Amino acid sequence: MSFRVGGGTIVGLLGPNGAGKTTTVSIVCGLVPPDAGEVKVGGVALSGDTDPAKGRLGLVPQEPALYEELTAEDNLRFFGALQRMEGARLASRIDAVLRLTGLLERRRDRVKVYSGGMKRRLNLAAGLLHDPEVLLLDEPTVGVDPQSRNAIFESLEALRDAGKAILYTTHYMEEAERLCDRIVIVDRGRVVAEGTKDELGALLPGNGARDLDDEARAAVALLAARGIAVPGADGGTPRLEKVFLHLTGHALRDEP
Amino acid sequence: MKQALAIVVHELKLFLSDRRSVVVGIVTPILLATFFGFLFSGAGRQDAAKIPVLVADADDSAVSRAVVAGLAADALLSVSPAAAEDARQAVRRGKAAAGVVLPKGFGEGAVQAFFGAAAASEIVLLVDPSRATEAGLVRGLLAEKVFREASREAFGGATGTKVLEESLGVLEADPSPPTPERQALKDLLRDVTRWQGAAKGGTAGGGAAGGLGTAVPFTLKEEPVTARQGVTYNSYAHSFAGMAIQFLLFVAIDFGIALLLERQGGLWKRLRSAPLSRSALLLGKTAAGALVGLVSVAATFAFGIVVLGIRIEGSVPGFVLLLLASALMASSFGLLLAALGRTPGATRGLAILAVLLLVMLGGGWVPAFVFPAWLQKVTLVLPTRWAIDGLDAVTWRGAGLAAGALPAVAVLLGYTVLFLLVARLRFRWTDR
Repeated sequence: MSFRVGGGTIVGLLGPNGAGKTTTVSIVCGLVPPDAGEVKVGGVALSGDTDPAKGRLGLVPQEPALYEELTAEDNLRFFGALQRMEGARLASRIDAVLRLTGLLERRRDRVKVYSGGMKRRLNLAAGLLHDPEVLLLDEPTVGVDPQSRNAIFESLEALRDAGKAILYTTHYMEEAERLCDRIVIVDRGRVVAEGTKDELGALLPGNGARDLDDEARAAVALLAARGIAVPGADGGTPRLEKVFLHLTGHALRDEP
Repeated sequence: MKQALAIVVHELKLFLSDRRSVVVGIVTPILLATFFGFLFSGAGRQDAAKIPVLVADADDSAVSRAVVAGLAADALLSVSPAAAEDARQAVRRGKAAAGVVLPKGFGEGAVQAFFGAAAASEIVLLVDPSRATEAGLVRGLLAEKVFREASREAFGGATGTKVLEESLGVLEADPSPPTPERQALKDLLRDVTRWQGAAKGGTAGGGAAGGLGTAVPFTLKEEPVTARQGVTYNSYAHSFAGMAIQFLLFVAIDFGIALLLERQGGLWKRLRSAPLSRSALLLGKTAAGALVGLVSVAATFAFGIVVLGIRIEGSVPGFVLLLLASALMASSFGLLLAALGRTPGATRGLAILAVLLLVMLGGGWVPAFVFPAWLQKVTLVLPTRWAIDGLDAVTWRGAGLAAGALPAVAVLLGYTVLFLLVARLRFRWTDR
């Protein structure tokens, strides 16, 4: 598996359950040693637990990684200390990430009273606290309401515009389609395809022309509901999902 | 009804699905019940009742030697000779349950007192106040031996003959008018003298030891040996030591379980993704666990001191060091649990069993001296035994830093290092 995440881009890591998305993220941020190969940040290979280069990475784990009994501010203060931050810089970054994620007013509330969406946003804030150049997000919107999901997307788009390199794992096609500049489809620990949405769409046999827009897709779905098939439109299924199923197959994946 | 039955079957399936918890739930009560039954049954532990007693015989007379021999021959006692001050120190340190001090002139005085010819000799019985039951047994056996040997000497020994002759001489030389009581005593002494003569000639029948006498031949001064004179024994000191250590270990279980839960969630990933060494992470966790534990034991003892009058009669720095070392040991134990445990649920069950055994065998529930002798030796490998004995030593026993605290502190710190090393080696840092 080999791929690159450049500054100012969001790369989606897309794969079925058990494909190796979380393991890949764990290897990238040094939690799991690779069987072979290396991870380079800014062209420099990571070396060991205490490598200062780890500070250039920001991880947003799949589950909200927060101390529920502490306030948002106390959580961030602790995570900042682990990143060797202190004093005015830490205070200023706490303000910045809470503002970015819309939690500034709730900074002194204990996390246990937060909604699921607020916890996800605070989870993102913790990953951003030390202003990393590379942000690793492991399915950060699972179980999140549409408003919070949208807020997270907007935050990520703002971060991309600010030049951050973002690796975003998901198995939600619409998220990948909306957010990602490039998509890496992985399966069984290997990269099976990589490219932009259009480049991946071209991989579909006999259908490399163009994608349907939302209105056309809705129309195709309406016709399909009335029993009228539109050749080549496949019942309105988004093209990325078709590519995904084409590359990874239709068999159920029951890996935990 | 079928729904209720389905719920019963479902709950049983859930219960049985965690085999470790099932085993712990069954094994724990069996182990504890068996241990206490064994402890108090007396079966198969003949050495258990041998009470360690030190005897200081300053008299070295026939009577005193016979008393010492009588005590030594008793199946309930383990008697060793010692100087009076050594006996006192041994009792103070908990090395002996009691000390017996037979004073100079004890033998002759006992025989004289037997006939009321002199004040009774005073025997000093040094007792460990935490071992009141054993002290009571020693007191009874000592009285029996002294009474028997004093009477044996009075009615058959050289001292008895000498005392009889002297007493008769004193009575007969008395110029005051005779009284019925004095005449009766003279008659008794003459009869005893004749009986002694017949006994020496082999015609007295039942032997010399008849248990006859006219007065108790000794007085007993019982001295509870605490830190120093005037300090009374506070039984709360031991119970607080035991319970403080037990709940320190329970705090450690919570600490270990919290670490396991942290590993299950994303927090562990967040911690590990920071530029932070493994040692710093484990040491930080251990130090935090130790501080929490320290607060727990400090609060426990603070209550005991303020409300129940526990006093640190020995070394205060030693006491503080013991609490600190115990907290470090417990915290590293919690880390060990986190390193060896798989799931929080199963680990909690096994850890509770381990703590209960550690505290029980460490003398936290009942003092270790009630254990069989072999078990007393075996349990010296447990850190809890050292912690509890050490706290006993520096509180009511009044032991100093070097003798009372430092050996236990060294053992506890040794266990801390051992637990940390094993935890460091066995810790699973990655979960693929």
